[in-house]
Amino acid sequence: MGTLARQANKSSPKAVFVAEAVTKTYHMGEVEVHALRGIDLELYEGEFVVMLGPSGSGKSTLLNILGGLDVPTSGRVHYRDHDLTTYDDAVLTRYRREHVGFVFQFYNLIPSLTARENVTLVTEIARQPLNPEEALKLVRLEKRMDHFPAQLSGGEQQRVAIARAIAKRPEVLLCDEPTGALDAKTGIVVLDAINRINRELGTTTAIITHNADIAQIADRVIYLMDGSIVRMEINPHKKQPAELTW
Amino acid sequence: MKTLDKKLWRDLWHLKGQMFAIASVMAAGVASFIMFLSTLDSLEASRSLYYSEYRFPQVFASVKRAPESLKKRLAEIPGINKVDTRVITGVTIDIEDFPQPITGYITSIPDFGEPLLNNLYLKSGRLAQAGREDEIVISDAFAQAHQLKPGDSLNTIIKGLKRKQIIVGTGGSPEWIQQLRPGSMFPDYKRHGIAWMARTPLEHAYDMKGAFNNVVMTLSADANARDVIEQIDQLLAKYGGTGAYERKDHFSHRFLEEEFKQLDNLGGIFPVIFLGVAAFLLNVVITRLVGAQREQIAGLKAFGYSNLIIGLHYFKLVMLIAMLGTATGLAIGSWLARQLSELYMTLFRLPFLEFVVLPEVMIKAALVCAVAALLGTIVALRMVTRLKPAEAMRPEPPAVYGQSMIEKLGLKRLLSAPTRMIVRHLSHRPFKSLLAVLGIAMSCAIVMSGRFQEDTIAYMVNVHYNLERREDLSMLFIEPTSRSALYELQSLPGVEYAEAFRSVSVRLHNEHRSFTTSLHGMEPDSEISRLLDGRLHPVKVPAEGMIMTGYLANKLRLKPGDNVTVEVLEENQAVLQIPLVGLVEQYLGTAAYMDMAALNRALGQGHAISGAYLYIDPQQEHAIFQRLKEIPRIVGTAARRFEIENFHKVLNESMMFWVSIATVFAIVIAVGVVYNSARIILAERSRELASLRVLGFTRGEISWILLGELALLTLAAIPLGLFLGWLLCLYIASMLQNDLYRVPLILEPSTYAFAATIVIVAAAVSALAVRLRLDNLDLIAVLKTKE
Repeated sequence: MGTLARQANKSSPKAVFVAEAVTKTYHMGEVEVHALRGIDLELYEGEFVVMLGPSGSGKSTLLNILGGLDVPTSGRVHYRDHDLTTYDDAVLTRYRREHVGFVFQFYNLIPSLTARENVTLVTEIARQPLNPEEALKLVRLEKRMDHFPAQLSGGEQQRVAIARAIAKRPEVLLCDEPTGALDAKTGIVVLDAINRINRELGTTTAIITHNADIAQIADRVIYLMDGSIVRMEINPHKKQPAELTW
Repeated sequence: MKTLDKKLWRDLWHLKGQMFAIASVMAAGVASFIMFLSTLDSLEASRSLYYSEYRFPQVFASVKRAPESLKKRLAEIPGINKVDTRVITGVTIDIEDFPQPITGYITSIPDFGEPLLNNLYLKSGRLAQAGREDEIVISDAFAQAHQLKPGDSLNTIIKGLKRKQIIVGTGGSPEWIQQLRPGSMFPDYKRHGIAWMARTPLEHAYDMKGAFNNVVMTLSADANARDVIEQIDQLLAKYGGTGAYERKDHFSHRFLEEEFKQLDNLGGIFPVIFLGVAAFLLNVVITRLVGAQREQIAGLKAFGYSNLIIGLHYFKLVMLIAMLGTATGLAIGSWLARQLSELYMTLFRLPFLEFVVLPEVMIKAALVCAVAALLGTIVALRMVTRLKPAEAMRPEPPAVYGQSMIEKLGLKRLLSAPTRMIVRHLSHRPFKSLLAVLGIAMSCAIVMSGRFQEDTIAYMVNVHYNLERREDLSMLFIEPTSRSALYELQSLPGVEYAEAFRSVSVRLHNEHRSFTTSLHGMEPDSEISRLLDGRLHPVKVPAEGMIMTGYLANKLRLKPGDNVTVEVLEENQAVLQIPLVGLVEQYLGTAAYMDMAALNRALGQGHAISGAYLYIDPQQEHAIFQRLKEIPRIVGTAARRFEIENFHKVLNESMMFWVSIATVFAIVIAVGVVYNSARIILAERSRELASLRVLGFTRGEISWILLGELALLTLAAIPLGLFLGWLLCLYIASMLQNDLYRVPLILEPSTYAFAATIVIVAAAVSALAVRLRLDNLDLIAVLKTKE
């Protein structure tokens, strides 16, 4: 797998993430779930990666571990020179605060805060943030900044979430099913926003989805199944989100 | 953290109903704390200022008659600082247009100038002087009750001699803060008056020229009160000293002390109940809030907010509620404290109210409130900080439900699906359900505690005035008198039956324990005045030996069969050995009883009597009152009818306050618990309920799921509440056991019914308020959103 990854990225050799033999087991109620069964993976600077897989394939768990939301049961995860697996909660919190932008399937906006305030929530604790208006402009929401989540459509809410994620100028943008709760047309608007961030800010971007069509806009596609990577593909004909249909 | 604070305020606003309910319960806790303790502080401050400004003595003693020259010898006793001698006499007061008998006391003040000790606080007018024999100062309470003012006149009857006297002033003194007639339960300012006259005229009237019958003293800082008292007693013994005593045994002082102790105790219990309930409610609401905001918390953590900051965020929310409750409670409590203090001012004659709400009491209230809030939410706050961001991103696993106890018992078939939902939901969280039941039960208990005093005092009055003392009139002779006086009374027109009694001041001893009280001699077949056993059955006074209240026997560690050493504190000074032969139940006073003939025999006094009880013809009541006033030996007459009347008047004025407060506070708790429980059930189950509606359930059917659970909680709470109320009242009653009175635990069935009704109505109203929200359940939105 390592060989394939290196071949795929001859032109941009600098790895942002290196994962080695990562496993994750957790307990849901009385059931033991093997979410990851030995993952080896590298993600490179500026790369746009889509991780594909059905529900339960372990892609969310992998993303959470890369984002410092979770720690593996065994194995190593490096972010640049840092071994994330040795970090305690406080350091992981700082890591997330300084380097990672998250976009979730259900947006996780704070319902009691407006679009602008949801973004401000992050810019207030970031070191060199965009200003919130700028971030919302990037996702084309400059006219809905003072609306509460309940007053926004699903697509708009997700774009607020993206604005919130990128407002801190993260080095990596991790998106968990960002279009999962959206219809195709709205989904495309959201993907376009993510794509533009990747292109214009050079943010390393990873999207996890079970929608295979989205893979067409990626530099590289990683297929997961039952907690393992089964295949990786370089996408030679990268499309623009607007060209997608599903 | 500006933006996070905005979330805080909006969350608070969103939860306003629940937060308001919790803050109200907290406010009730803080208010009761402030009310009791500030009333206590205010009364203590007022009394202490009164004592120091008006020179309340430290040692008191009465004698039959001692020469004024003895004052010098008393002053020479080491440890005594100041000595002041007085003449005090019982008096009958006669006021035009007020036919009922009035008793009272007149105390002498110096002929010129202020008393050295027990100075008079003058509310109006001036002090009486020796130059004019007919001048008198009366207590402001008595003046107020009869609308008398300086310049008005009244008649005093001392030793049968009626004198017209001019009121020159009204006021009070620190020894008369409590102006109870001996043997009564409440002050009766209309029929019991305190007055002061200049020494010389009073000496003349009372036949005390050059002598005194009462002495008050202060001690030097290093004096040992016990030693000093022993020397005083030795000196006064041959003048008929009845035993000197310290301030702590002074009747008025002791009465206040008991009341202060009670305030202090109540200030301990009630806040604990309210704040306990508030802590529980906060626990429920904040736990629920954290559960509902699981994903928001996870999101915040994902963005890099630390556990500390997010934890602080929720901590601030809790503290804001606590602050709201504290602030409201401080305001309401200060107001209530003032009302309660003013009410006490009518029972205690303090000339001024030094109303204080001490900063330390406020700080203590705020701290206690904050600690309660924190204790209630600590688990939820830990949940916030411990929540793993990745775990929080996943929806909460469905709660594990099982069959409830009732279903396991085989009653499953009896329960409809919605009822099963209720039962399983309750038994899913037995601890939380139990706490909700306990919370509602507490409100029931508090209502009962409010009515308890009324019930129990009514009972005590019934026992005292209907079972023990059944006379129409009672009277006291100025000194022990021959039995022929009784026949004289019996021969008065309108007197149907008369019964004599004897009363002697004694000090009872058993080993190192002793107690000063009175030993009552009763007629062998006493019909009017009776003694009762624990079951309120009349007890015949034995021909030999004494009987006493169980409380006194216990105090002296005596049991029937023991010999009691009786030190007579009157002229005779005898020391007798009398066996204790039985116990009686009495709620007022701490006396011992004997057959009158046996007592007189032991004292070697023939057939002396101290007073009498009369049955009279009500038609001739007025004529009898007039006649009795003219008999020189009679120092005071009291009519039972008026005592009962006065009791009801005082009860209505003073008890209503506490009953209303307790009821309002209890409603706050009941509403707080039921409303919050209802909102939580609604929040937890709105998806379920909406789903059921989508499936075709009617509003009525889903309402049952909401209301049925609340009804079950409330119904379970009522029997528990009645029991807890009983316990609470038992506890309060246990604090009201002292020499002056012993309060029994009496709760009328109407009190149980009243408490249950209040709880049911409060619960029903708050549940129905939440029920209205079911009508506005947005079926589609509820199903679409994640919560």
